[in-house]
Amino acid sequence: MATADKRPYKVIGTRPVRHDGADKVTGRAKYGGDMRLTGMLYGAMVRSPHAHARIVSIDTSQAEALPGVRAVVTSADMPAQGDRVVELGEGAANMRHLTANILARDKVLYRGHAVAAVAADNVHIAEQAARLVRVEYEVLQPVMNVLDAMRDDAPILNDDVRTESLGAAPQSPDQSRPTNIAKHFLFEKGDVAKGFAEADLVIEHEFDTAMVHQGYIEPHNATALWNTDGRITIWMSTQGSFTARQQTAELLRVPVSSVKVVPMEIGGGFGGKISVYLPPVAALLSRKTGRPVKLQMSRADVFEATGPTPGSHMRLKLGVTRDGRITAGEAWIAFDAGAYPGSPVGMACMCVFACYDVPHGRVEGFDVCVNKPRTNAYRAPGSTHVAFAIETIVDEICEKLGLDPLEFRLKNASREGTRRVDGPVFPRIGMVETVQAIRDSQHYQSPLAGPCRGRGVASGFWFNVGMKSSVTATVNLDGTVSLIEGSTDIGGTRTSIAMQLAETLGIAAEDVNPTVVDTDSIGYTDVTGGSRVTFATGIAAVEAARDIQRQMVQRAALLWDVDPAAVKYDDGRLLGPAGKQFTFKELAAEIHQTGGPIIGSGTSSSATQGGAFGTHCVDVEVDPETGKVQILRYTIAQDAGTAIHPSYVEGQMQGGVVQGIGWALNEEYWYDDRGTMRNATYLDYRLPTCYDVPMIETMIVEVPDPQHPYGVRGVGEVPICPPPAAIANAIYHAVGVRMRRLPMSPPNLLSEILQRFQD
Amino acid sequence: MHDFDYERPVSLVEALSLMARHNGHARPLAGGTDLIDQMRLGRHQPGALIDVKRIAELNVLAADADGLHVGAAVPCCRIVEQPLVNQQYTALVDSCRIIGGIQIQSRASVGGNLCNSGPAADSTPSLIALQGVCVIAGPAGTRRVPVERFCTGPGQNVLQPGELLVEICFPPRPPHSGSHYRRLIPRNEMDIAVVGVGAAVELDESGRTIRAARIGLGAVAPTPLWAEEAGALLAGQPADDVQFARAAEAARKIVSPITDMRGTREYRIHVTGVLVQRVLRAAVARARGEAFTYLPGH
Repeated sequence: MATADKRPYKVIGTRPVRHDGADKVTGRAKYGGDMRLTGMLYGAMVRSPHAHARIVSIDTSQAEALPGVRAVVTSADMPAQGDRVVELGEGAANMRHLTANILARDKVLYRGHAVAAVAADNVHIAEQAARLVRVEYEVLQPVMNVLDAMRDDAPILNDDVRTESLGAAPQSPDQSRPTNIAKHFLFEKGDVAKGFAEADLVIEHEFDTAMVHQGYIEPHNATALWNTDGRITIWMSTQGSFTARQQTAELLRVPVSSVKVVPMEIGGGFGGKISVYLPPVAALLSRKTGRPVKLQMSRADVFEATGPTPGSHMRLKLGVTRDGRITAGEAWIAFDAGAYPGSPVGMACMCVFACYDVPHGRVEGFDVCVNKPRTNAYRAPGSTHVAFAIETIVDEICEKLGLDPLEFRLKNASREGTRRVDGPVFPRIGMVETVQAIRDSQHYQSPLAGPCRGRGVASGFWFNVGMKSSVTATVNLDGTVSLIEGSTDIGGTRTSIAMQLAETLGIAAEDVNPTVVDTDSIGYTDVTGGSRVTFATGIAAVEAARDIQRQMVQRAALLWDVDPAAVKYDDGRLLGPAGKQFTFKELAAEIHQTGGPIIGSGTSSSATQGGAFGTHCVDVEVDPETGKVQILRYTIAQDAGTAIHPSYVEGQMQGGVVQGIGWALNEEYWYDDRGTMRNATYLDYRLPTCYDVPMIETMIVEVPDPQHPYGVRGVGEVPICPPPAAIANAIYHAVGVRMRRLPMSPPNLLSEILQRFQD
Repeated sequence: MHDFDYERPVSLVEALSLMARHNGHARPLAGGTDLIDQMRLGRHQPGALIDVKRIAELNVLAADADGLHVGAAVPCCRIVEQPLVNQQYTALVDSCRIIGGIQIQSRASVGGNLCNSGPAADSTPSLIALQGVCVIAGPAGTRRVPVERFCTGPGQNVLQPGELLVEICFPPRPPHSGSHYRRLIPRNEMDIAVVGVGAAVELDESGRTIRAARIGLGAVAPTPLWAEEAGALLAGQPADDVQFARAAEAARKIVSPITDMRGTREYRIHVTGVLVQRVLRAAVARARGEAFTYLPGH
């Protein structure tokens, strides 16, 4: 669906075969698990069986004595970090916390927390040796719930954490006592009391969501070689080779340039493969043994010891006039950060009211440590939680006032010029257009009949970040272009970047050969995350293409013996005076005779985007006797700015929705009393399968972002935000119960249904 | 994984002598879909695996005057393709079609499912409903144990060291009978039962009255259960929703489920009753020869 006048493109908007497709479908693509090096050793981790304990002693002697064991490392082998705070590409990190998360120092803070590691001749010996490492623990009371952790008498995880207040007055003047509340955010706009006084209807509810995991298929892995010359090479699955390099270097306290990260193909990340866990450990084992060492996580390790997204407790209040105009909003949001500070609650605070023009608002957020794994980014981090709260309240308001939920959204939608509660003013955005697309869709316009069936709608917002990218491109004699980039390819970005280069040069997408290279082979490039790659690395590719254009113009001018100003680059052709003309291919064949290789380069750094919006519509059927929900039909409309490769845009939209459906209905970290996750397998951690979701219908809305030469907006994250709210709304319209707790699993939903019929 | 010996006997005699030689430290290996995973996790560390897939007696899948014989190593994929089983022992087919995906069904055996003795095993309630009897061979000869008395606790059963499950045999199905198994899972496929119910009913010639009924329950107690009273009180009663509800109540009374990551105790008790009614309805429809379609998971 084109919602704005579009420039005619030749490559952009087409659907070429992805450049890495053949390797992927034939199984030839190399992943971290495929690494085999001569003399390579296999490692195994020793992990805490307790959620909260003090380490009294570690005895590695029996493990070291086992034949075939080559080295054992503990936190004693990690360099001391002191109180350093280091900027690591995706935010600043307290190095003391980061290093203790890699190998626990004096305490373990969650079950699965790494304590030691072993390298041996094979994985079986390594696993046996890991069991022989004797760790004596003094078991402490764990605290698993965010509200419990905020209490004054809660067990304290980190004795160095004090509440950092951002925009808020300090909660307690006593900064001498450690706390679990690491951060306290406050954003305010207008006069909230006045806003609520103007409201005819005020709805307020509390919400809870469970901790959930990204659920990528490929477990974390790293193979490291610490060479005798001091240079370290890491082969790994990562979303950002440069940030992995920097984290590894900072953790090992070696110069950043002495580490080379070779990004292997990646089997999913969704934000969870930005932090490093294994590389420093593999490197230390390699230094001790002088041999390459490979470490791989099991599925249980991935669940228990990597970075899921927080569970939350939220209180949300919205005031509206009788005719459906929002007068004020207030939110109180507490996220469990896991073992160390750093949940995305700040992002949640910025997103909670972002879809709407809220004249008076107040948002408070808390980042709280609990005895769970340290949380990490997960696809639009923080926004799905708050969308569940705000979008179900909006639905309830519409029901109480008898308003159409889409008309309500159109009336209150954020537009160009709307100021968010946290301050920024939106540039041109497409919230309104996504609502209109759903309103006019065949799905929304068609009736839904049958018992226990209901339809729900919801919207969502997520930022698109810019950050830094580098690209180089070399012209081959046959007229093709080799594209070198540092953005690891998770969602088909080799192709979406190549297409932007091809469009700018006026050549075919198939004539660009993109390669993702290691950190020694391209300029600094930030993570594949924040919905940024097609946007920011795309800008760098366009810059590189323009660089090539300039050089091609000079070569043509040389051949024609004219002033370069007299040569024009137009749609893959070089036009000179008096009808002189070269195609790109023709001139490429001449470059060795006209001065040698042509290499274009491009970078991008400071651009930021307006953000992406989506509106979803879902039909469900509820089994009122079992509480089980079937998704009957699902349609998503999303503003992609300009869809470079529509199939990948649709794929991102569908993938986000499926993850959102899983989060909505069944996914959760299920803990027992001792703080042990009891469902750390894909049997019992219930990701949706293809039997659980219908074909997701997609509507690409295009409101070009003026900050990108082709109008690109990031599309990867926002599709996960609306599904839990849309499904909750549909469930309400099916069986009359409002779900305010995730997941809306059969037991949770049935208990609400039974309660309703009792009342 | 630890080191272990692997044996592949081709006769029952050889298998029993290997089992005896390893003196309780060997485990029989059929499809291995449970066992290998448990060994990888370190839950079992047998000194030897005795692969039973080459033994003729454990690969029988045939009917005779005594009824149906299902060898302990017969994989699910063979069972679902057997014509007689599809006509007369439909609950067993229902079970075998939802144990794992196609790859798992190509390996996993009903005998292995029973010997693994998980409370939530998807085939066991059907075996109970269809009156299955375990034929067990051991150093002291052969003995027969009704399926409902086979499991003694989670992962535990009546097999003694040196004993091997050879087959499960079922009496011939009477005319006007039908059976069904279904489970409640949060997803629609590839999941483990929160509650599983298998039932077999025999109707009179009119198709309106129940002559006999047997109901098996899974995932609601430390072992799969035979809901004997729930079945018995249907005998001689009209095959209608009122009676199904009575059976459901009786079934709810004998369950003792736990709260875990798959569901709460209260939820499982509630769903036991819901599924008993649904399964009886389906079994009766099949007994009457009525068209009955069932989409697993729904």
